[in-house]
Amino acid sequence: MTLSVIMLALVLTGAIAWWAERHWQGSAKWLSLLGLTLLATVFAVFITSANHDFAQLQVLTRVMWIATFNIEYSIAIDQLSILLIALTWLLAIICVLISWREIKHKVGFYYFNLLLTVAGIIGVFIAVDLFLFFFFWEVMLLPMTAIIAIWGHENRRFAALKFFIFTQVSSLLMLVAIIGFAYFHLLQTGLLSFYYLDWRALPMPLAMSQYLMLGFFIAFAVKLPSVPVHTWLPDAHTQAPTAGSVLLAGVLLKTGAYGLIRFVIFLFPEASVQFAPVAATLAVVSILYGAKMAFAQQDFKRLIAYSSISHMGFVMLALFAFNSMAYQGAIVTMVAHGLSSAALFCLAGMIYQRIHSRSLIAMGGFWRSAPRMGGFTLAFACAAFGLPGLGNFIGEFLILVGVFQVQAEFAIVAALALVASAVYGMVLFQGSFQGPAKCEVIDLQRREVAICSALLLLLLLLGCYPTLLLKFSFGG
Amino acid sequence: MLLASVMLYPLLSFLFLVSFAKKLSWPTVATISVASIGLSALASGLLVWQLSASDNQLLTVTLWHWFDLNSHSGSSAVNIGFYLDGLSGVMISVVTGVGFLIHLFAAIYMKADKNFARFMAYMNLFIFAMLILVLADNLVLLYLGWEGVGLCSFLLIGFWYQEKSNVLAARKAFIVTRVGDTSMAIALFLLFSTFGTLDIELLSSVLPVINGADTDAVLDDKLYWIALLLLGGAVGKSAQLPLQTWLPDAMAGPTPVSALIHAATMVTAGVYLIARLHHVFLLTPEVMHYIAWLGAITLLLAGVAALAQNDIKRVLAYSTMSQIGYMMLALGAGAWSAGAFHLMTHAFFKALLFLTAGSIIYALHHQQNLFKMGGLLQKAPFESALFIIGLICLMALPGSSGFFSKEAIIAQLWSSDTAGPMLWWCAILGALLTSLYSCRLFFLGFLGRARFSAPIQAEKHILLRAALVALAILSLLGGLIPLELSLVFPNSVVLASKNEPSWLHTVAILTPFIGILAAWLYFKPYRLASSDNKQVLGMHNGKLAQFCQQGLGFDSVYNTFIVQPYMWLAKRNKNDIFDQIMMLNTWYVGLWHDAIIMVQNGSLRWYLAAFGIAILLLTGVILL
Repeated sequence: MTLSVIMLALVLTGAIAWWAERHWQGSAKWLSLLGLTLLATVFAVFITSANHDFAQLQVLTRVMWIATFNIEYSIAIDQLSILLIALTWLLAIICVLISWREIKHKVGFYYFNLLLTVAGIIGVFIAVDLFLFFFFWEVMLLPMTAIIAIWGHENRRFAALKFFIFTQVSSLLMLVAIIGFAYFHLLQTGLLSFYYLDWRALPMPLAMSQYLMLGFFIAFAVKLPSVPVHTWLPDAHTQAPTAGSVLLAGVLLKTGAYGLIRFVIFLFPEASVQFAPVAATLAVVSILYGAKMAFAQQDFKRLIAYSSISHMGFVMLALFAFNSMAYQGAIVTMVAHGLSSAALFCLAGMIYQRIHSRSLIAMGGFWRSAPRMGGFTLAFACAAFGLPGLGNFIGEFLILVGVFQVQAEFAIVAALALVASAVYGMVLFQGSFQGPAKCEVIDLQRREVAICSALLLLLLLLGCYPTLLLKFSFGG
Repeated sequence: MLLASVMLYPLLSFLFLVSFAKKLSWPTVATISVASIGLSALASGLLVWQLSASDNQLLTVTLWHWFDLNSHSGSSAVNIGFYLDGLSGVMISVVTGVGFLIHLFAAIYMKADKNFARFMAYMNLFIFAMLILVLADNLVLLYLGWEGVGLCSFLLIGFWYQEKSNVLAARKAFIVTRVGDTSMAIALFLLFSTFGTLDIELLSSVLPVINGADTDAVLDDKLYWIALLLLGGAVGKSAQLPLQTWLPDAMAGPTPVSALIHAATMVTAGVYLIARLHHVFLLTPEVMHYIAWLGAITLLLAGVAALAQNDIKRVLAYSTMSQIGYMMLALGAGAWSAGAFHLMTHAFFKALLFLTAGSIIYALHHQQNLFKMGGLLQKAPFESALFIIGLICLMALPGSSGFFSKEAIIAQLWSSDTAGPMLWWCAILGALLTSLYSCRLFFLGFLGRARFSAPIQAEKHILLRAALVALAILSLLGGLIPLELSLVFPNSVVLASKNEPSWLHTVAILTPFIGILAAWLYFKPYRLASSDNKQVLGMHNGKLAQFCQQGLGFDSVYNTFIVQPYMWLAKRNKNDIFDQIMMLNTWYVGLWHDAIIMVQNGSLRWYLAAFGIAILLLTGVILL
């Protein structure tokens, strides 16, 4: 029940912030920050005080919603969803802080959309009725589209439309698969059901499950994203306002990975194993292609966007290796990439605010006037190319060692990304902070330093003491 | 705990300096950064002493559990833990000892730089990472140090980041060594999937056992690849063929950096890696044979390249490459202790050479071109004396530290199973080349008339000179330091004692003198060069000389076959081919949209015509 109240409270806070901004300027951001921190604390208290064993999926609420179709409002959580929700809280708070000065028009409505997205994301991570899941999947999408379309950069309409159409078309496939599965359940047991645990218990012929799995797989592959359906991402990330990019890269992509774990691999274990060679190939292609494309970019944000494709390719590779170590690596990578890419997008936003450009050509030599910013950019770029001691290394190392034991060729080809990522990391860092100084910029302010150092500390912690995460099994 | 504290001081100093870089004055920064390394050096000294007193010549400490690696046979813990034995003892002494002297020098040499605090912070971070590299008790932690020193090297090469060429040199160094690192990472994956652990101590207890019952072809094959891939990592870091191209460019960094990172410590990491995992290599004699040849070829090619350089630092860079080639040759021949010994003496005299070169460059107002030097023997006698000491060691003249270590290597080559007479001759030829380029450097820089007009402005700070003198003493007497490595490297099987010709030693000792004599005659114009340098430059315009000067064409080959194609591919596909395919949908929908709009144009004639044509078509269809 608590979780439903939290989601409701998020939407309400958003609405109040929207209303309050009309009467008292500048109140929306304070209200959102307050609401988010408060609700995050409530969530933390709820999790720590609950005496469930979250290694297994714990059903918290089950009530009938649409009785005609036997659709329930049912939510459940386990360690995986708790981790991803925690990441969501953290990045949501950072989103508010990073938007502090950036958003200047329709401020109230902006925070309403932001909080609505967060509520949708949390819903996605806890829904165990597939229809409810689909509902939250859409709730998450619409305000995000609005954020890109209203507060984005010069080409925002196009990017928002592209994002919307890609996600819609792919989630339509998922909807077909969901209905197909429910209908199959009806045929087998005489009862229509959208309930996840019912589905898991249902035996299914392989041919059937292959088709249904494909529907889910495509939807999540678009979200992850994987080559060749990744092309919405560079545009969406580049055009979105900073907070939008942070949320997209930090959490929205992880809903794809989450979906792959929970709905593709657990619902269709055999079909997934059969499909693994295809998925692993796509993953390896994504890893290398993303890294190569990142190198070619001259837009700071676009470069990070393509690097995300490369990193999420590692996650997909790990998931379809069916190896416990690779799985743990995937979890660590999800968190570490959430933190590091969010940090890089924050820095992109900070630079944009100063020079009103995202082009690496307009940048160069910033180190002289902004050494603190340079230090942080370097650190996060290092995280992105997997410097040991930061979280991303642990993830990628575990993935590669794990995958190597199963399919050595894939791991070797994927390891080439170590070089390719260093190449784009160099372009990113050296292009902006080294070379002759193009212009003077103001160094980071206190709020910005706080954001960056929080993210860096977490990455360091994850890199030096990953036991914090690895002591949980995450259902692997 | 003392073991962990060695690296704690540099880390603390680094953290302090980066946090307050802008607010600190020169004395504070200098004191803190140099003192931290001094403390480290003291701790290392104490540790080495403790080590020799301990029973099994082994000290270990585990700080915390990092993560687990699981395999089919069970799980193996990877700890943040350190391991000190004779080999790492030598390494930490060199890293902290030479590191301390170089820090002392740098604190004065870089005093005027605006970013002095940042410089010293990077130097401290480097020492920290290097200590992790040599003390790590497992290969993952070693890899952490390995990448860490790479990062510091990158930061320090690009320290003067406003110069485009420095930025590019830093990028090149990082990416080229990263290629080697990737090979090493794959070696670790293979090593783990074969043996189920990456713990160095465990590996070295597992591996020798295999030697006894060695019949498994699959295992042999795996070991061969592991050794080869590890070698790939080593050649990247140690600037050996074929990944050597980054080192000459790395001279763009400040001179203390070249001395510390690109001569004394980091570039020997590859040598350390191979010596550390010598058990793997002992099982794969073919790979040892490759290592020997790789070292020999590198030492010859680098020697030839050094003969054609104009820049004093680039001569020294190629000479470093060539001396590391000797170490590799030693490792390949199974002369592990000799390799480690040469690593140590080389650190002494190469640091001395680089730092003295730095003093000279500074005194000549940042002039690095040898053809614009000359006559320094009279103008800067102190620096010249030190430089001569360094060169004597480099040429391995009898009595110097270089002599002891290089002779130790050469003496074991002839009868080694994995080396042999051919490689012995390579080593002798290399020694000849070494004296040739050393003399050329000396003649050009120190003899003849001065070819510069500005007055000399030497830094005479007492501490700077003290650091140089200390290094000079180490270079001269370093050969007498006894290394107790017999527990680390039990008698190599490949070193069988055969009947060797009696003239071997005589030839080896005489070779440097022959080189000096040849240089004395051949480089006469350099020796006697007047202030008019046209005559000197006249010797230097051949195609061959230019080819050698540019590093024997490796750069252009890599540029044509790797860099350019990648750039081309990236540029051609900048707009993402997949995106363009996806956007065809948009184009297709847009096309129909336009077509239909065009039809609905409100013009009666069009409608009538369309009507008429439609009727005609319909009747046609019906009739047919």
